[in-house]
Amino acid sequence: MEAQTLTYIFVGLSFALYIGIAIASRAKSTNDFYVAGKGVNPVANGMATAADWMSAASFLSMAGLIAFLGRDGSVYLMGWTGGYVLLALLLAPYLRKYGKYTVPDFIGERYYSNVARVVAVICLIFISFTYIAGQMRGVGIVFSRFLEVEIEMGVIIGMGIVFIYAVLGGMKGITYTQVAQYCVMIFAYLVPAIFLSMMLTGNPIPQLGFGDKLLNSDIYLIDKLDKTIIDLGFSPYTEYSKSLIDIFCITAALMFGTAGLPHVIVRFFTVPNMQAARRSAGYALVFIAILYTTAPAVASFARLNFIDSVQNTSYEDAPDWFKNWENIGLISWMDKNQDGKMQYSSGSPFVESRPVFADERGSLGQRLLENEANTSSSNEVYLDRDIIVLANPEIANLPIWVIALVAAGGLAAALSTAAGLLLVISSSISHDLMKQTFMPQITEKKELLYARLAAGITILLAGLLGIFPPAFVAQVVAFAFGLAASTLFPVLFMGIFSKKTTKEAAIGGMLTGLVFTFSYIVFFKFISPELNNSDYWLLGISPEGIGVIGMILNFLVMLLITKSTKSPPESVINLVETIRRP
Amino acid sequence: MTFWQKNLILLSCLLFFWFLCSFGFGILFSDYISFIKIGGFEIGFWFSQQGSIYVFIILIFTYSYLVERLERKEKK
Repeated sequence: MEAQTLTYIFVGLSFALYIGIAIASRAKSTNDFYVAGKGVNPVANGMATAADWMSAASFLSMAGLIAFLGRDGSVYLMGWTGGYVLLALLLAPYLRKYGKYTVPDFIGERYYSNVARVVAVICLIFISFTYIAGQMRGVGIVFSRFLEVEIEMGVIIGMGIVFIYAVLGGMKGITYTQVAQYCVMIFAYLVPAIFLSMMLTGNPIPQLGFGDKLLNSDIYLIDKLDKTIIDLGFSPYTEYSKSLIDIFCITAALMFGTAGLPHVIVRFFTVPNMQAARRSAGYALVFIAILYTTAPAVASFARLNFIDSVQNTSYEDAPDWFKNWENIGLISWMDKNQDGKMQYSSGSPFVESRPVFADERGSLGQRLLENEANTSSSNEVYLDRDIIVLANPEIANLPIWVIALVAAGGLAAALSTAAGLLLVISSSISHDLMKQTFMPQITEKKELLYARLAAGITILLAGLLGIFPPAFVAQVVAFAFGLAASTLFPVLFMGIFSKKTTKEAAIGGMLTGLVFTFSYIVFFKFISPELNNSDYWLLGISPEGIGVIGMILNFLVMLLITKSTKSPPESVINLVETIRRP
Repeated sequence: MTFWQKNLILLSCLLFFWFLCSFGFGILFSDYISFIKIGGFEIGFWFSQQGSIYVFIILIFTYSYLVERLERKEKK
């Protein structure tokens, strides 16, 4: 059977499964819609959290990113997992004990102020929208690559599927579809990784193969990789190339940002009690770690394998997958020195950032380029990082059903994250803005209707962002984490661990964090991108890591204002005592 | 000592290990301990790409076990 037919079958089956689950677990009340009736098993919630957490970017791009960043890629590995320790230890159990529906709910009540609630909703919408814009684009790209439709068509199909189960099932539908999506996704990730590991090291466990000796040789894989890429002019794989302070701050911003992301926190509102919330964060991290510890192994295998099969190989002998991906346009070769062999080294092969293909083919069958050669580098090979995961099944000579499986996995990853984000945006609108602030008299039935309506509108807006992406989508990931770290994390933390923090302090803190982090990122990413280097950064901290400074400012502002304002009322102090009690 | 004070001490100890394994071994002291090797890995590299994640999991389950014991005592 053709790979394409198999892909359709796999993807079709997985979609049927998700929709079936959604219909079986329809939401009947606002309690179902916002927090899945608070009856989700901690292990199931852990899986759902993992699926929610791992987006198309984690699934498709992370291994490729690490393969080319080497040691610097560690910031993502530690940053996107370490946040779960903060969640499980500092936030999740207490917010679950509080027992309401949304993150702004807690902020509004703990800081006895609807202004604080609305500021929190603004931060939340900011964070979630920047995040979801990238996701919808991801959904479109994945669809178009695997199902061979236009990106726009891909976004529309993705919107339709998410619409069915998010609007119908709310949190309940999303949770159980995410459990299924996790299983599809992790299976699709591990199968090629295991085969690659066996191929290179003979060790079936990628995490161990990563630190093992190469097959039939006495050299460790890591040492070989280091030596190979240094010879080609790259910086060493195992050493940081960014400054330590920047690495430190980016890691910290990602960790605190993770702990402050509303769509992650809200997952812990769905379990029965605070003990379950803690354990559930642990299970979530186990499920995430299965992919996150495999990714750096895959990265090293793929980098080494790529260099081995390409470097100084004549084009005629290049492996099939090289030519397949060249046909799709994600690999290219420009024979600068006219020797018919491919030379790979550091630096870009041409002046432009992407290859521009001519219609003709060269004498060896390679696709000719219209790019201008970059004479300062001898590199002749262009490679899109995203293909590392996609090409793995072919590189490891796996049967075509594995390729189909990876397609279904990539789609599962993109859809599950988009659905989780949609839900927090819509519930903060229907619950926090309408029910709690502007229309307190509406009935539960009406609120549920508004929640569905808000979800529907949010999907449309997100879809439009996917079809007409703002030019900066790729650059705004730093936003979501930096803003979550500098706005929501500090007020949530102080709301639990300090009885004295006042509403003025919380509002001032959130606004300080928001304005500082937002301006710093906007300045270096959009206003003066030419100044975006370490000579101009504050203390040598890049925009990706600046959320940490925003967070420290937020804490300082809160401490200062708390000192000079009237202490919170008795009822709030009682609330804090209640949520601390087991 | 009240339940909450014990909880805060427990939290501080566990967060110390959280910091040590990721920011400490993985980033700040990485160069100073690179003479230690696990398989083909220098230990700092291992912590930054594998080890710290395993430690994070252990920390969460340790906390959840210990604090539940504290909570049971508190409820009695």
